[in-house]
Amino acid sequence: MLELLWLIPILPFISFLVLVLIGSRLSRAGVATIGVGAIGISAVVSLLVGFSFMSSPPPGNAFSQTLWKWMEIGKFEPGITFHLDALSLLMILVVTVIGFLIHLYSTEYMIDEDGYSRFFAYMNLFIGSMLTLVLADNLILLYLGWEGVGLCSYLLIGFWYKDPANGLAARKAFTITRVGDTAMALGLFLLFANLGTLNLHGDGGILALAKSQWMEGSGLAVAAAALLLGGALGKSGQLPLQTWLPDAMAGPTPVSALIHAATMVTAGVYLIARTYVLFELAPSVQFAVALIGTITLFVAGCSALTQRDMKRVLAYSTISQIGYMFLALGVGAWSAAMFHFMTHAFFKALLFLGAGVVILALNHERDIFNMGGLWRELPVTSKTFVVGAAALAGFPFITAGFYSKDLILWKIWSAHQPWLYVVALGGALLTAIYSFRLVFIAFFGEMKSHVVKKPGALMKIPLTILAALAIIGGFFELPHAWGNWQPFSKFMESAFPLTAPVEHDGHSKVAAELTLQGIAIVVSIVGIALAYLFFLHNRASAEGIARSSLGSVVHRFWFAGWGFDWLYDKLFVQPVVWAARINKNDFIDFIYRLFAGIIKIFHVILCLTQTGRVRWYAVGIAFGAVVIVAIVVLS
Amino acid sequence: MASVSMEQGLILAGVLFALGLIGVLVRRNIIFILMSIEIMLNASGLAFVVAGSHQGAADGQVMFIFILTMAAAEVAVGLALVLQLYHRFKTLDVDAASRMRG
Amino acid sequence: MTVVFWISAVITVISTVMVITRRNIVHALLYLIVSLLAMAVIFFSLGAPFVAALEVIVYAGAIMVLFIFVVMMLNLGERSTQQERRWLRPQMMIGPAILAAILMIELGYAIFTGGSGGPITGEPVGAKQVGISLFDTYLLGVELASMLLLAGLVGAYHLGRSDRSEEEGS
Repeated sequence: MLELLWLIPILPFISFLVLVLIGSRLSRAGVATIGVGAIGISAVVSLLVGFSFMSSPPPGNAFSQTLWKWMEIGKFEPGITFHLDALSLLMILVVTVIGFLIHLYSTEYMIDEDGYSRFFAYMNLFIGSMLTLVLADNLILLYLGWEGVGLCSYLLIGFWYKDPANGLAARKAFTITRVGDTAMALGLFLLFANLGTLNLHGDGGILALAKSQWMEGSGLAVAAAALLLGGALGKSGQLPLQTWLPDAMAGPTPVSALIHAATMVTAGVYLIARTYVLFELAPSVQFAVALIGTITLFVAGCSALTQRDMKRVLAYSTISQIGYMFLALGVGAWSAAMFHFMTHAFFKALLFLGAGVVILALNHERDIFNMGGLWRELPVTSKTFVVGAAALAGFPFITAGFYSKDLILWKIWSAHQPWLYVVALGGALLTAIYSFRLVFIAFFGEMKSHVVKKPGALMKIPLTILAALAIIGGFFELPHAWGNWQPFSKFMESAFPLTAPVEHDGHSKVAAELTLQGIAIVVSIVGIALAYLFFLHNRASAEGIARSSLGSVVHRFWFAGWGFDWLYDKLFVQPVVWAARINKNDFIDFIYRLFAGIIKIFHVILCLTQTGRVRWYAVGIAFGAVVIVAIVVLS
Repeated sequence: MASVSMEQGLILAGVLFALGLIGVLVRRNIIFILMSIEIMLNASGLAFVVAGSHQGAADGQVMFIFILTMAAAEVAVGLALVLQLYHRFKTLDVDAASRMRG
Repeated sequence: MTVVFWISAVITVISTVMVITRRNIVHALLYLIVSLLAMAVIFFSLGAPFVAALEVIVYAGAIMVLFIFVVMMLNLGERSTQQERRWLRPQMMIGPAILAAILMIELGYAIFTGGSGGPITGEPVGAKQVGISLFDTYLLGVELASMLLLAGLVGAYHLGRSDRSEEEGS
């Protein structure tokens, strides 16, 4: 059954080709059948492969499949090789299953749009690239998928290309992620130059080689890890390369759900988890990962609190939640990060799809202050949205978000990072407030807009399934203090060594863990209560705070995403524009124009000799002959 | 009886060539120019034959035959051009053709 | 043979000088024929009888006939001679003569310092040898020469054709 692995990434590519070549001639139903069907089959194959992998694990808990040798340049010979282990299995399951649900949802969501087949072609290309990324056995193939998803992200953000603003957002996303990608490419060069290979696994892979050849904290390890981190920061929208993600919401909502929430933006998390050995060898970089994650989750949480655009709230919340994952990676809690990745994929996709229903229902209205009272009009959507928001806020006991976030908080505390813990807890409070701010403002209170379009079954089914996943997703991993039920960590152990050793050493540990859980529960409940107080019960008080002199400054600052766009505009964009302006008449061109001018002068002079008088031409020829014979004879 | 040396033959060819060149440069009548060109071609043919005879080989004569061929073709086309020129400008002055500059 | 060579060489040079200085075009053509015939004798004296025969047949025969034909067609008479008198002035000879003299000096220098000189025995190389060489070593050249002749034929026909449409127009 594992041999079917190659089908999983190939199917979306085939579907992409079919849609690109003949998509415009197919009916919408045909396009949807091909586009969704390919992902559906891919998801089924993933489930079968996953089942087979878990029921009878292959030797070494990993399975490799080489399709062909990609290229051969000296000793550099990467293959088109897929590598399946616990980590990539989790990724392909999430990508294909959530991808399938979102594709299903899109068939209805996009039905009134032009470019239906183009949309599904891009989406399929994205899924194929993402699967290549996560299944790649070597970093160069991973980089291929990495750039592939970047390309699809660009294409889909600018899907409605007739509005120049969307094209601008797409270019911004592409350019800023390019900064990170360049760092990552340099990292790959560095790794290849020093280790002579880009294969990840096995005895000759970079992970094993780095472990045996590099000292902990050596300069090479730090440089390699830092450069790879640069790529991860760009892709995952972390500080300081996070500014593209809120603007990326210009794309269609299913795109935001699939690419900019559930899968692509977590590629950075995957990259760090995949190359964790390098980060363990560079403790300073690993701590930087934790620090960046912490700062990002707090900064983005504050910004999410002030946004008016429903999708921008969710975008900032995505940045913030990925910050949690980075924080977990930074303290060496690899499986906790992946657990949060999984639950986040469930509930964030759910929230985005719910937001899509609302936006479509209100005729493309995205300002939450023009919504309200949707609870009765859109019952299924509202209920599932509340489930998603509760999971995001970490509502205790029943939601998946509670378990994954609690695990991360506990790991931070166990790693003896009290300050990071405090900030992360503050971030959790912010998360609870902004997620329920969204719920209370958009779904409760008085109605401000008319519902023009109710969702059909194809939109409700994915919402319901995702809502269910957002609840049961958490039960794969219960806190240590609650007993020994951690199948997720056990499963991931085959891919990662347990870096933070689990200490079952008695009562105090359990007590501490329970205490921390209590704090987390209280924080979550308090956050929801605050949201209720400010945004439903007494909205005037919140507006009063926002209008006060200090409040308005902070509000504007946070609304603008802490002014990063302004800063980058002043630091990078303006100087480049300025340089471009003063160099409009390219001074290097001047040199070439000089040559052209000289040639033109000669042209004018030589034109005078062209009299049309044959005998003067003959004189010229004779004179030339005399000169040449003189040169030949006398030399 | 002293035989002819190769240098003497080549000098003769050179003298004829130079005379042909003077003819081309001095004359304005296009038929004279064509005749001078014939002289120059003939002179170069002579140089080939002299060299070939010096070697005692047939190659020089072969080259002369090629030159002869070329001269025949050139004269045919050249005289046809003369006819056209005269037809158009009613003169044989080559400088009259300077209006055709390009 | 040497005497024959020198006599005909002198005749060639003198008649060539006459060609480029004559005002009457028919006179010039006659001198050219003399020059070519003398050249044929030179070839014969150098031991190239086949080429000598060709010189007489093709150059002095065919090509000169072409010239005379054209001259007769254009009906150039006294008017043309008058014209030549205006065109051909002695002072015009100076520049080209200097240029030709320089070229001649250079060529002489090259010939006499070139080395591989020596006497020409005048041993005849007959038509048979030339033919063998022509259709063996130089076969490709012969083919190309035939193409050239064909091109010349077509070109001459095209150019010599009177342009009917233009005549009607004028």
